[in-house]
Amino acid sequence: MKVQVDERGYYGNFGGAYIPEMLYPNVEELRENYEQIVGAAEFQEQFDGLLKDFVGRPTPLYAAERLSEQYGANIFLKREDLCHTGAHKVNNTIGQILLAQRLGKQKLIAETGAGQHGVATATVCALMGVECIVYMGEIDMARQRPNVERMRILGAEVRAAKSGSRTLKDATNEAMRHWINNPTDTHYIIGSVVGPHPYPEMVARFQSVISAEIKTQLNEKLGRTNPDYVIACVGGGSNAAGAFYHYYDEADVKLIAVEAAGKGNETGESAATTVLGKPGVLHGSKTLLMQTEDGQVVEPYSISAGLDYPGIGPVHAHLHETGRAKFYSVTDDEAMKAGVQLSRLEGIIPAIETSHALAALNQMKFNTDDVVVLNLSGRGDKDLETYIKWGKY
Amino acid sequence: MNRIDQLFKTKQQRVLNVYFTAGYPQLSDTLSIMECLEQSGADLIEVGIPFSDPVADGPTIQESNGVALENGMTLKLLLEQLKEMRRTVSVPVVLMGYINPVVQYGIEAFCEKCAEIGVDGLILPDLPMFEYLDTYKPAFDRHGIYNIFLITPQTSEVRIREIDENSNGFIYMVSSASTTGAKASISADQSDYFARVKGMNLNNPTLIGFGISNAETFDKACANANGAIIGSAFIKAISQEGEMNENIEQFISSIKN
Ligand SMILES: Cc1ncc(COP(=O)(O)O)c(C=O)c1O
Repeated sequence: MKVQVDERGYYGNFGGAYIPEMLYPNVEELRENYEQIVGAAEFQEQFDGLLKDFVGRPTPLYAAERLSEQYGANIFLKREDLCHTGAHKVNNTIGQILLAQRLGKQKLIAETGAGQHGVATATVCALMGVECIVYMGEIDMARQRPNVERMRILGAEVRAAKSGSRTLKDATNEAMRHWINNPTDTHYIIGSVVGPHPYPEMVARFQSVISAEIKTQLNEKLGRTNPDYVIACVGGGSNAAGAFYHYYDEADVKLIAVEAAGKGNETGESAATTVLGKPGVLHGSKTLLMQTEDGQVVEPYSISAGLDYPGIGPVHAHLHETGRAKFYSVTDDEAMKAGVQLSRLEGIIPAIETSHALAALNQMKFNTDDVVVLNLSGRGDKDLETYIKWGKY
Repeated sequence: MNRIDQLFKTKQQRVLNVYFTAGYPQLSDTLSIMECLEQSGADLIEVGIPFSDPVADGPTIQESNGVALENGMTLKLLLEQLKEMRRTVSVPVVLMGYINPVVQYGIEAFCEKCAEIGVDGLILPDLPMFEYLDTYKPAFDRHGIYNIFLITPQTSEVRIREIDENSNGFIYMVSSASTTGAKASISADQSDYFARVKGMNLNNPTLIGFGISNAETFDKACANANGAIIGSAFIKAISQEGEMNENIEQFISSIKN
């Protein structure tokens, strides 16, 4: 199966560019220029150079022996948690700031949920000496305080999104409004594979370094490029898209996407879009969306700020509809336990987003010779308060 | 003939289009606000379909959307409230909202229902021209519903021409790079943009909206277009204490003076 964005910006039935006319020139400018800019050798060289020397890539592919023993499979962890700033998000922000510079944009804005994308944006803005404003839901600012302060130390202005559910969805609304009001000098660094075309594909391309490295590293270790499974958590879906990207068309690799089920999919407090959503339009694309019968967006819930979003990227809606990826969902409690389990078995405290991917291992059945790559999208430093509050360790 | 065309046939200047959010301030105010607007002298009425995530709107209309949803407004209920509006409202009526509730209702069923109750056009800011032409237009055309496009100061001349070609009714000129919201005055840059578009002699009438709030900004807009659209300032006027109809009459007469 080919997973590819078409000329109209669609993956199958999902995608497009549902934007108000006020954003048309900006998005059109991106669409017209990004492939050429990103495709240029000079861009690639600078991008690769920064990923290597600034981010610390390639990130290790680590054979997690004790975890493997636990689940009876050969589990490898792709250590995106070792990226500078602590998560995969920086792969995208490096790419987008280089793009913004070539488009002549001097100011950058971003939305953030867990704060990882905000920190990654603030970091590259400091690196390049440009002004940075990050919108963050008021609730997320409270539950991810260390990241708020990191952004401020890095010189970014953090603006509280106080409307709606005061989480990632609302931060995205505010960032879009800001862009409408500042269309000429500002680039909006979207933090996941969401938004109007070409964002989903562009962000996926910047994140695709993850699966490119997995192929090389697995080949070095096992003499094969393809694992049996690739597992990743899905908020908007950027770490999953990056981990899946070079495997989309390789039918022997099972793609596993893990969503947040909050307090349970039947409780009304969940963020599992493929379970609870229907096709709809939000933030510039047609995708699966949690909504009422009237088409009002439902406020999602997850303990993990990075997964607390009522939609998923259009590529994931497509992977779901076609069955190319299998979707699981994991509750707060299951995720927290899995996070503590990894800490004890491997000495790695994962981000709570990532813990959702880890908890899905409990729902799967493996053969002992299965090779499983789990994308360890981020580290848990930012989540200490949540771990402490949860308390069961 | 579509009522919007009829309007512009008889009136090319100082056309006053007033926006309000259905279900605000009270759930069942919709029809009485429309009736009072017509009696007070509004030439066109734009009824907002509330949405949970109105990204093109500033604080005032965000707030009215939120209150309307809390009051229990839905698209189905709105269409029910408007079912018999043509008994008492004769000016053109345009529904303005975001695409998702319309998609959930079903585009064909929605256009059909709009035609049935006498709605003349739709403004769906997050339905871009490309998607409209690609999939939605046939349903609009079948039921004689006009799709109103927006242009902004950043819209290129080529694209303005393209929009003009594909428009009917009127073109909604967004006054500045901005979300909706009342502003007290109009800048020199805005005046240049108004004049530039006026100089293009478009096929469709133009109405200037966003930031039009009082007699002064209304007059300036009318000097450069066929009229103007007032939203946030009107929402503020009906949010005040006092009798609703008096507030509406007073506000409209303060604009038209
Ligand atoms: C560590 C980590 N993993 C995953 C996510 C979810 O984002 P995405 O689905 O785009 O990878 C986030 C978002 O903040 C994150 O911080």
